[in-house]
Amino acid sequence: MAGAIWAITESGDDGLKSISFEVIACGQALAEALGSSLEAVVMAADGSAAAEALGAKRVDAVRVIEDAALAPYTPDAYTAALAQAIEADSPSLVLFPHTYQARDWVPRLAAEVDAGFISDVIAHRVDGDETVFVRQPYQGKLNSDCVFAGDGPNIVSLQLGAYLADDAAAGDGSAEIVKQPVDLDGAASRTEVLETFQEVADRVDLSRADVIVAVGRGIGKQEQIPIVEELSEALGAQLAASRPVCDNEWLPMDRQIGSSGQTVTPKLYVAVGISGAIQHLVGMKNSGTIVAINKDPNAPVFSVSSYGIVGDLFEIVPELTNQIREAKGTG
Amino acid sequence: MKIAVCIKQVPEGDARLVIDADGISIADADLATEINESDQYALESGLRLAESQGGEVVVVCLGPDRAEEAIRRALAMGAGRAIHLNDPAFQGGDAAATARALAAAIERENVDLVLTGLQSDDAGWAQTGPILAARLGWPSATLIMEIEPEGDTIKVKRELEAGWFQWVRLPLPALLTIQSGISTVRYATLKGIMGAKKKEIAKVTPADIGLAPDEVGGAGRKTRTTRLYVPEKTTGAEIIEGDTATAVATLVEKLQKEAKVL
Ligand SMILES: Cc1cc2nc3c(=O)[nH]c(=O)nc-3n(C[C@H](O)[C@H](O)[C@H](O)COP(=O)(O)OP(=O)(O)OC[C@H]3O[C@@H](n4cnc5c(N)ncnc54)[C@H](O)[C@@H]3O)c2cc1C
Repeated sequence: MAGAIWAITESGDDGLKSISFEVIACGQALAEALGSSLEAVVMAADGSAAAEALGAKRVDAVRVIEDAALAPYTPDAYTAALAQAIEADSPSLVLFPHTYQARDWVPRLAAEVDAGFISDVIAHRVDGDETVFVRQPYQGKLNSDCVFAGDGPNIVSLQLGAYLADDAAAGDGSAEIVKQPVDLDGAASRTEVLETFQEVADRVDLSRADVIVAVGRGIGKQEQIPIVEELSEALGAQLAASRPVCDNEWLPMDRQIGSSGQTVTPKLYVAVGISGAIQHLVGMKNSGTIVAINKDPNAPVFSVSSYGIVGDLFEIVPELTNQIREAKGTG
Repeated sequence: MKIAVCIKQVPEGDARLVIDADGISIADADLATEINESDQYALESGLRLAESQGGEVVVVCLGPDRAEEAIRRALAMGAGRAIHLNDPAFQGGDAAATARALAAAIERENVDLVLTGLQSDDAGWAQTGPILAARLGWPSATLIMEIEPEGDTIKVKRELEAGWFQWVRLPLPALLTIQSGISTVRYATLKGIMGAKKKEIAKVTPADIGLAPDEVGGAGRKTRTTRLYVPEKTTGAEIIEGDTATAVATLVEKLQKEAKVL
């Protein structure tokens, strides 16, 4: 029988991260379709609480890789630890969440164990004896189907939110908890962790706003920001932005929405000239009503929006500002 | 400080993407291209380090003939010279195959630091940099937003999720993947553009860097893309039609009466 599927979980200072259950959910679906066993893997200095939480799910085993060198996280220690485990037990498929931490070390792991690695996957399907993984290249504008070219070990990382943590089925508590011995003494980490901190303590808290107008690179240049500022004022909204707008310093960094910025759920989110890359969408897709204004009818932002207008923002936004003012009786 | 910066030529952000007859790539004809965005920031970081620390920036690019346009742009921005991995055998690779080729080319250069973008805007694997570091046997750090050279070591600020950051220190030689926004990317000056025409671009084949053709490109890959396509829309916005005034009026009405958010 082929080796097991491993679902690698991620732990932080507050224990197991909830994204871990998205990996379990995908692992359960794959294990069932492929007739494989599924093992959850914990990597931590102390993994007992995480192991218990994972053991409650429908998995065949929980493998615990515990070592003082695994906290704080460093790419060398994580790579050495999991490479040893993979070499000892030859899983067929190793699943990860596509977090910033996974981006930092999993490619190194793939090189170390000479694995194929399909990253940032949004879905899978089993076609006969081939498992196909779906990705979103070209900034989410296109989809691609990918398969492994070799027998493995093979590695997949899953886009955040692509699988639902709630879909991770509970088990009957029979999952065995196995300690996986690793020897990290010879693998001193070359990375010295100095300080972990949050940048702007007194940043604007956009998460409390009822209405947000967010502007993207489509605005073209800083001199044109007033066009969206006026819309924002007319709506009584907070002004926010996608990353390139902040990178270019057209608006301050603390206005950024997305995986590196703030996560918001206002009643109304108006996205102006934003394409809708996944790193932006994760920060706003749970908003109540989303309006997108974009000249590209295929912009991914429309897929999460309630209403869309396809066209030139420089025509649409001033008109919208006027009509909002009229509707509110402030025009 | 000798710095290698890896750049990739990708379609421009606004480019119209036409799927090629092969069904797995974008048609080349009339495609507007640019240097991958985070690679531009990597190049800018390399140039600033070379200016403050002394040293040179060597641009390394794997791509077809047309990638020379991106390389010339990098030279015009200030890189000293370039290595162009350009051979049919290099084409069609995944991140593993590309990183292997880049590593073999960079190994010969004796550099202190390699900078790459954090991911490409086309394939978006986010793998090439760290795999390249592993192949070189060097430490790496990703999503870098600040760099402080310290002699034999380097202090860098990593971006973490949700507004968190982390300072780490690495011994040199090392590899960093650069996050967009680390600094302001310079424009190439007219003088730079003229000067770039005289700078050296070394064209390199697999044999030149000690690799067999089946170790790189499509033959050396571990994953295979079988289809590239426009995603089917299952969910999505109600698109409001009409001229600007009508469409906007309809939208405002819907926001008031349907969504009840105005
Ligand atoms: C690790 C990582 C973290 C990231 N974190 C974040 C994050 O926190 N937040 C974030 O936003 N991004 C983040 N990004 C970047 C993200 O991948 C995208 O690059 C970014 O969101 C794109 O911003 P944009 O939509 O404004 O620009 P683009 O993708 O360039 O889109 C511009 C849009 O404007 C439209 N447009 C242009 N002109 C007009 C016009 N006249 N009228 C109407 N429409 C027009 C275009 O059709 C296009 O859709 C991150 C990326 C990575 C890899």
